[in-house]
Amino acid sequence: MCPALSSIHGVFILIVGAGRVGSSLARSMLRDGHTVSCLDEDPEAHARLEIGLEKSWEDVGGQFTVGTALEIEALQEAGIERADAFVASTDGDNTNIVIAQIAQRRFNVPTVIARILDPYRAEWYEQQGLHTICPTRVAIEMLETEVKEAAAKVAG
Amino acid sequence: MYVLIVGAGKVGWNLARELLDKGHEVTVIENDRGRYLTVEQELEHNVQYGDASELWVLERAGVSRADLVIAVTGDDEDNMLICQVAKEKYMVDQTIARVNNPRNKQWFELLGIAPVVSATDLILRLIEHEVPKYGLVHLLDLPRERLEIIELLLGDDSPVAGRRVADLELPEGSLLISVLREGAGFVPNPETVLESGDEVLAVLDPGMEDELKAYFGPDGSESG
Repeated sequence: MCPALSSIHGVFILIVGAGRVGSSLARSMLRDGHTVSCLDEDPEAHARLEIGLEKSWEDVGGQFTVGTALEIEALQEAGIERADAFVASTDGDNTNIVIAQIAQRRFNVPTVIARILDPYRAEWYEQQGLHTICPTRVAIEMLETEVKEAAAKVAG
Repeated sequence: MYVLIVGAGKVGWNLARELLDKGHEVTVIENDRGRYLTVEQELEHNVQYGDASELWVLERAGVSRADLVIAVTGDDEDNMLICQVAKEKYMVDQTIARVNNPRNKQWFELLGIAPVVSATDLILRLIEHEVPKYGLVHLLDLPRERLEIIELLLGDDSPVAGRRVADLELPEGSLLISVLREGAGFVPNPETVLESGDEVLAVLDPGMEDELKAYFGPDGSESG
């Protein structure tokens, strides 16, 4: 994404999986002036998108589609064909890896990011050219830093 | 041959049995503890407990030296990614994946996973064969070799009935390989005259079946 461009026009972001991570990202992207569409198989995810909002998700300009990301019709309804960015943030690593590759290879979405909890596969798919975010890796690194600092203090 | 099977359901378990009987080395990976314990009573050390989506589980099972990886879990995403990783990360020559939902077949293809086996498709093929409503039966698809073999029934109104094979102007990329007439099959020569009621076998480039079917004309199944 080009920051200069996005600040003027805003880009179209499709987020699949509106759990804690996906819904927070959706709200903050919407606040930044982007067009945000969310796809989730659970209709209840809509309520999560509205946490902290005064108005409904649609009233603040968001889109929400109920559907499974492996169903091509659901992806199309959620607007994948005009997406500038695609975020795979369901609670399943395998789903995220598959749909991110669908977005990349089938729909040629310019920016594709997949959340992968398994650090080994996150690393390998990153090497294969899939942009991955691994929260587990981040947690490991933070814990390592903290524990090392604590150990150093004890060791004096 | 060393075969790695992922999923110890009915398909995986029976496959393992057959392959072991034939003298192959087999490891089955099953991620349901209860199922694993059941299967382990028979397959013993040939079954391992674990989630084959995790790379270390595959590595522990010796994926790198596998000649063939067969992913037959009930989850299409698992099957897709296990085969993708086996092929692209561990350089396994041959993979076979089961498709549970035929609508996902396109995604297996997108990820380069072939061949795939879909029970729904197999049953559809059987229906086509047993109930040849369309007058055209797919006998064999060889996508890698880019060939398929189909069977066509010549109806009463077929424009090719009564014509010599030599006089046919078959679409390019297709070839008649056999004629079934009154229960017997033979290889046609240029002098063979086709008759209505003949079933012809043709080999052709993929995607040409509609063209070929149009050439052979309406089949007799609707009037019959």
